[in-house]
Parts: sequence; structure tokens; C-alpha cells
Amino acid sequence: MEQTASVNQVQFSEGAMAEIRRYLSHYPADRQKSAILPILHIAQAEFGGWVSPEVMDKVAEILNIQPIEVYEVATFYTMFNLKPVGKHVLEVCRTGPCMLRGSDQLIEHLENRLGCKVGETSADGNFTLKTVECLASCGTGPMLQVREQFYEDLNPARADQMLEDLKALTVRKPWEENY
Amino acid sequence: MGRKLLTEHINVEGIHTFDVYRKHGGYASVEKAIKTMSPEEVVEEVKASGLRGRGGAGFPTGMKWSFLAKPEGKPRYLVCNADESEPGTFKDRYLMEKLPHLLIEGMITSSYALGARTSYIYIRGELLYVLRILEKAIAEAYANGFLGENILGSGYSLDLHVHPGGGAYICGEETALLESLEGKRGNPRNKPPFPAVWGLYGCPTVVNNVESIATVPWIITNTAAEYAKFGIGRSAGTKLISAGGNINKPGVYEIELGVPVEEFIYSDEYCGGIWKGRDMKAVIAGGSSVPILPKELILKTTNGEDRLMTYESLSDGGFATGTMLGSGGFFVMDDQTCIVRHTWTLARFYHHESCGQCSPCREGTGWMEKVLHRIEHGHGHMRDIDLLVSVAKQIEGNTICPLGDAAAWPVAAAVRHFREEFEWHVKHPQAATAPGAVFNKSESVLA
Repeated sequence: MEQTASVNQVQFSEGAMAEIRRYLSHYPADRQKSAILPILHIAQAEFGGWVSPEVMDKVAEILNIQPIEVYEVATFYTMFNLKPVGKHVLEVCRTGPCMLRGSDQLIEHLENRLGCKVGETSADGNFTLKTVECLASCGTGPMLQVREQFYEDLNPARADQMLEDLKALTVRKPWEENY
Repeated sequence: MGRKLLTEHINVEGIHTFDVYRKHGGYASVEKAIKTMSPEEVVEEVKASGLRGRGGAGFPTGMKWSFLAKPEGKPRYLVCNADESEPGTFKDRYLMEKLPHLLIEGMITSSYALGARTSYIYIRGELLYVLRILEKAIAEAYANGFLGENILGSGYSLDLHVHPGGGAYICGEETALLESLEGKRGNPRNKPPFPAVWGLYGCPTVVNNVESIATVPWIITNTAAEYAKFGIGRSAGTKLISAGGNINKPGVYEIELGVPVEEFIYSDEYCGGIWKGRDMKAVIAGGSSVPILPKELILKTTNGEDRLMTYESLSDGGFATGTMLGSGGFFVMDDQTCIVRHTWTLARFYHHESCGQCSPCREGTGWMEKVLHRIEHGHGHMRDIDLLVSVAKQIEGNTICPLGDAAAWPVAAAVRHFREEFEWHVKHPQAATAPGAVFNKSESVLA
């Protein structure tokens, strides 16, 4: 079956599998489904910042549940990208408290710099620009998140510097050395 | 300078490590509770302290603990709600990042009181970097005998795990959080049964906010009677306030409950006044869900009394002229703020975060967002303003969980206190949509 073939092509690295096993040990033996969100985070870090249907099927296989149980969760929570993304995803907070401190201007500045609109990826493939709701960083807005990192108190100059730094950055996974 | 109970040592170099934290009196409450107190005595102590839930609802923590069912043969769970997502609120992130061991100490002492063998900290997925700080600290606590089997030789054993969410405000609602922890969509459950009877995996469970749990060590180490000396009346103790918006000194401040609002905003010890030398227009005092108040009502009640940072004083006057302390997400708007635009961002937030389970919330939040969008963008009608009030009213109280209320209140309050500004947007769409345009009350009267 085609479906099975593509699931078999999804292989987690040993480092990622060790993380997955660590999370599975946190929940009762008959409640392993609890690990679904931690595993989806691991999968997203492992496979280029998004989760494909094949990756979700693999997660279902690991948890011994139906694929639909993974799909319904992955589509509910906003952190999981269901389409391919650029090397870095810029998630800009746009809720009230950040708006008061200039998030509208930050978004406009990033759109101009990257030459793409919110929801799109820059032509060089380096950046996907997203807006998100409150990231609990209201005292240091405007701000944005890239993977696990917060970039706070952003003005145009600091945002430009951040883009340069990110372009040069080698993306590492949480379970890799030098993370 | 008010006394700090939670954050006294927060700026000590290395306080995030076990050794430094221990040197500054850390884990004393675990020793005291486990060695000298019964679990029931710990519960009674927290009850006597008057501590109220710091997540927003303000329900007495000790009372919540005392409701926990204890059927034979079923495990009990303590789950810490670290899904801090209420716009304007960032105190729990600050506390966990700087003082991870304080939360862990609170979890151990509280778990002992409740008889939990396994406990979880459910942290919002966006804070994975904080999860790693907590996990490092938990590993240190295990290595030092404060977690795991037979803690301090007492026979009491506890495992503690951190669980990341996936980006969903609704999971801050305790039953949605439990659904999420079970690996499902974050749809709130119908209540009753309450988590105290039917919580995680169908077992009795207590869900408490980070700050509430982080307050337990001080209460147990120093006694409830000492704790109750801080604050005013039913607003006992201290509270972490996340101060943001258009102020000179945004940040997290631990205040003794009872500080006057005016002092909190203008004193250099706290917010340091309004930025850019501007005047203050309005404040949202307890996270985005609570009613916005204009300057005159946030500083003084309608009786002319100074408004204080307490549960009671902030809610004086009900929703007509008052608000709520809520989560302590305190954000200030200067005189250049467009209330319509700001309210639209909040309505959009709630629309985005509605889980979709109840139609009044699923449909109503989207409807309010759409109406606010058209008023803000110059396509509104006068009837839209009452439509907002009517939709808000039909959401309120008609949903399984409080997200519906949380979405309705900010919209209703914005219209209640700033109706003229909404009308100006409708009457003068061109002026209102000009870049940087802000409603000016005196000009509007002339027009």
C-alpha cells in the first residue's frame, strides 16, 4: 500500500527516539497517548519545522493509535505547521499588549524587508512570516519567536540584525550537541 | 519598598541552581511538611493563609484542595497550570525562568499535602525554553533526594514531569488542560463532575496556577498567620503583577495587595508613569478578559475612594464602573491609543482561541471580530455598536467554559466606557482611518 510505504520512509534519528522514549516514560502504561504533543514537537524539530501527513502517521504508529487521533490534535494546536516552511519561521505577536508597543509597525517592517506578506515565505527560502497571538512577553513587546527563542524589544534596527544573525545560523535540534 | 515573599532572592546570581537556592532557604517547606506535619495539616495551613488562586479566578486555594476526593485504590494528581496565555500576563514565565526551584518546591510540598504520587507541570508549548530550565532543575531535585522514591527518608515518594502544550489559550481552562494532557484536543469538559472528583485519567485532581503553588513554600515555612499579615482583608499576601503597555518601566512586580493603583502606575518603584510624557487613557488591570476602565475610573471608585490593587477594590462598582484583579496582567494605554483597534485585536484573539465547541462562543467571537473590523476600517454603521453589545450579551454565561465570558467582557466594556469613540469611527470614517488618527473628545464635541 502506498500509505504504508511513505510511513516507512519516515525515520526518527536515535537522538529524537531517545527523547520520545523519555516522554513516554512520564505517563501511565495505558495512557501513552498523553505523549502526543511532546512527540509532535520533537517531530517538527526533526523534520524541517513542519509535520507532514506521513510524519503524523508515524507518530500514530509509535503511540499505537489511529492516524485520525494525531490529525485532530495537530490541527487543533496552532504551533504545528502543516505545510512546508522556510528555514526559520518568524512568529510575530500581534495581540493588544504588543500592538500598544508597536507590533503593527514591526510586521510592516518585516514584510518590507523580506519582500513577502504574512503567511508567506521569502524568495530565498530563509524566512516564513507568521503572526501569532499573545506569547506572554507583553512587557518586552514588540517581539517574536523563532523555534524556542524569543526576540524581544524589537525596533527596526534590532529586527534587521536578528535577520542577519538567523541567516548565518546553523539550526540544531534540542537533543543534538551544542544546542 | 514592599516586602517580597516570592521574589526576594530572584536576582541572586545562580538562584536557578539547586545549591544557591538551597543556601537561601530553599526546600525548607518540604523538610518541614514531610518531617513535622501531616498532609491534612498542610492543607489546613494553606486554607488558613487566605491564599486565593493566582491564575485569575481568585478561588481560595486551600478550599480547592479540601474538595479533593479520596476514593480507595485511585491515584490522585496535582497538575500545575503553567499555560500562561492571557494577554497582558507574563508573571509565571518570569517566575519559572528565574526561580524554577521555587515552583518545584511548591509542587513537592503541595503534592505531599494532596497525597499525589505523580504530578505534572503543564507549560504552554511556546515556552519550550522554560521547560528545559525546569527539567534541569527537576533533575537536580532528584539528585538531591527531594524527588523520587522515599523523599528525605520519609517514605513519601513523588515523580514530577513537565508537559508541553501545543499553542492553545483554551488549555489554560483547567478541564481543557486535562484533556490536552491526556493527548486530546483542548475542549473543556462539562462540569460537574469537577476535576477534584474526575480529573486527569478520571482520577481526583487539583489544578493550580504557577504563582499559587509557588506561594505555598513561604506559607508552610513561615506559617499561615504570618502570611495573612500581608495584604488587606480577603486580599491576603502579595501578588505578581505583569505591567505592560505604554509605561516607562514594564516588567513583573511583586506587590503587597493593597497598593493604590495610582501609586502603582506613577511611582518609580513600579511602572514609572506613562511613556513619552503622555497622558493615560485607559487600563486593563487583570488580563485582557477583564473590563477596560478609563483613567478616572481606574484611579478612583465612583465613591471617590482611591482604587487599590486588591480583589475587592478593583471590582468595586461591579462591571458598571469597576473591573477585576484577574491574573494581574496590568496594561496601560496612553492617549494616542485607538480603543476600537485595540478592542478589535482582543476580539480577534478570542475568535482565534475559541475551541469551537459551543456555538455562542464559536460564532459570536467571529461575529464580534468582524463587526469591530468593519468599524475600525471605516465601514461601520451606528447599529453595529449596539449589535456588539447584543452579541456579547448572548455569549456571556451561555458556554461550557469561561472563554465565552472572557471574550464578551472586553468588548462590552469598551463600548460601555468609550461609546463616543466608536460613534466617531462610524460618523467620520475618513478621519478615523487616516494613518495615526486618534479620537479626540473635545474635537468630537465640536463636530
